[in-house]
Amino acid sequence: MSAGLVSDISIFVLAILAGFEVISKVPSTLHTPLMSASNAIHGIVFVGAMVTASQAHSAVGYVLTFVASLFAAMNVAGGYAITDRMLQMFRKRPLPRTDAEPSEGN
Amino acid sequence: MGTVNTILAFVYLLAAVGFVAGLHLMNSPATARKGSPLSMWAMVAAIAATIAKMGYDNKTSATAWIVLAAGALIGGVVGLWMARTVKMTAIPQLVSLFNAVGGGAAAVVAIADYVRLSGVSASAITTRVTVSTVLDVIIGAVTFAGSLIAAGKLQGWITGQPVVFPGARILSGLLAVCALGGSGYLLSGADNIAVLMVVLGAALIFGIAMVLPIGGADMPVVIALLNAFTGIAVAMAGFVINNSGLIIAGALVGASGSILTKLMADAMNRSILNIIVGGFGTGDSANVVVGAGGADIRQISAEDAAIQLAYATKVMVVPGYGLAAAQAQHEVRELAEVLESRGIEVHFAIHPVAGRMPGHMNVLLAEVNVPYTELKEMDEANREFPTVDVSLVVGANDVTNPAARRPNTPLSGMPILDVDRSHNIIVIKRSMGHGYAGIDNELYADPKTGMFFADAKRGLAEIVAAVKTLVG
Repeated sequence: MSAGLVSDISIFVLAILAGFEVISKVPSTLHTPLMSASNAIHGIVFVGAMVTASQAHSAVGYVLTFVASLFAAMNVAGGYAITDRMLQMFRKRPLPRTDAEPSEGN
Repeated sequence: MGTVNTILAFVYLLAAVGFVAGLHLMNSPATARKGSPLSMWAMVAAIAATIAKMGYDNKTSATAWIVLAAGALIGGVVGLWMARTVKMTAIPQLVSLFNAVGGGAAAVVAIADYVRLSGVSASAITTRVTVSTVLDVIIGAVTFAGSLIAAGKLQGWITGQPVVFPGARILSGLLAVCALGGSGYLLSGADNIAVLMVVLGAALIFGIAMVLPIGGADMPVVIALLNAFTGIAVAMAGFVINNSGLIIAGALVGASGSILTKLMADAMNRSILNIIVGGFGTGDSANVVVGAGGADIRQISAEDAAIQLAYATKVMVVPGYGLAAAQAQHEVRELAEVLESRGIEVHFAIHPVAGRMPGHMNVLLAEVNVPYTELKEMDEANREFPTVDVSLVVGANDVTNPAARRPNTPLSGMPILDVDRSHNIIVIKRSMGHGYAGIDNELYADPKTGMFFADAKRGLAEIVAAVKTLVG
């Protein structure tokens, strides 16, 4: 086993432990945004798609690059957008109501 | 390590710190909103640094740049459009879809690398490459196919009922043997793209066969599990291409998904294995008995419910997925507002599996402007119930059944909301139909409980109107 592989495995294991520590403190109120945020984070696979692109020099390579890039970009862009949209909704006090509703506050 | 690679490695490290810090900020709703942009900028930095490195190396062909940009543009626009337009009730499907494409992309990255190395020379494929490629392809493909099936089930394109066919277990077994056998062959040092494709195909079908038999009620566990799989697949892709950024980010997601899977399985009182192999987690309750089924239940009207609520000092609303299915979030919020305007304290008690994914109910209520300070987690809510005047149960069933506290019932050991400990209970329900567990809810027979038979949306609207008439 090379030293590089050993250190990669160490990084992997320590990152899992760090993940356990950080994530076990997230309240269940926020579990959906948490899952969505972690969803966005695995969008880092886009970097993998870029590495694939940098090594593609054949038709097969280009097709695989396109698929990886398409999937990963959808993942990363959509993941952050939906997480942000959800978190904007979590407020301490309700927003002032804009939609007029009859007989409110009697 | 050249200077450029060193800089790149440090940027990835910085990005990893950003991801961890972003997740850390989610430990409270007050700071959570700052977490997402932090994580996003970390991602932007990682991607920008990789682009700079590709430009510096100058080995990427023009075609590859165009193909990469085209994929990114189309995928990015589609992803953004979906995220902007999706309804909050459909979030689980979307998260499942993003799991699918993330896992799929990870598998494709490994396949591309394997194909390239195999073109160079057989000796270029080291054991490290083979092991991580095989793991990445199997986990990524299972995630891809399984998540698409899960999304289809949640969207209603595929039946929410468990799909079981004869020989399903044998088929899964054969597929597993196929995937593992192929992997073993590749690990023995053979360099064979066709065999890798067999492994890929077997893993894809295995993913479908794994999720099809799982019922709608178990979806929170399945989504969390597939989320963890995606993370591990991405980490494996990191091992394939020697990229610490992917390894760290993938490991974080794997950890997050695993924790949520465990929490969801515990909240349903089921083991993960039991859910995957299939059990009582059948689809939505088909057991419809209209009107009063049991002899010893007390039926009440909207007016009765309104009187109880309007003269309470503390009300706890217990929403279940039935509330969201009936699109009654606005009505429940309106009721809470009317009661609060009378100085009544209103809270929402939320069971971990109320919804189709972990924490789903909180998002649905936050969307209709219920402040998060009114949303109580199970433990917190259970401390409050003894001092609650009226509990209003809407669309929740098994999670309120006191039978779970006794041994030898299908629900035994499942953590429940102690609704029966509040002074009075109102249950809005269409019928006496059973929940997923298929047993009577003892709460309904409690003398303190009044049953109001109505659709959640209409029933709540009637109660709101009655409260307004009463106090207006």
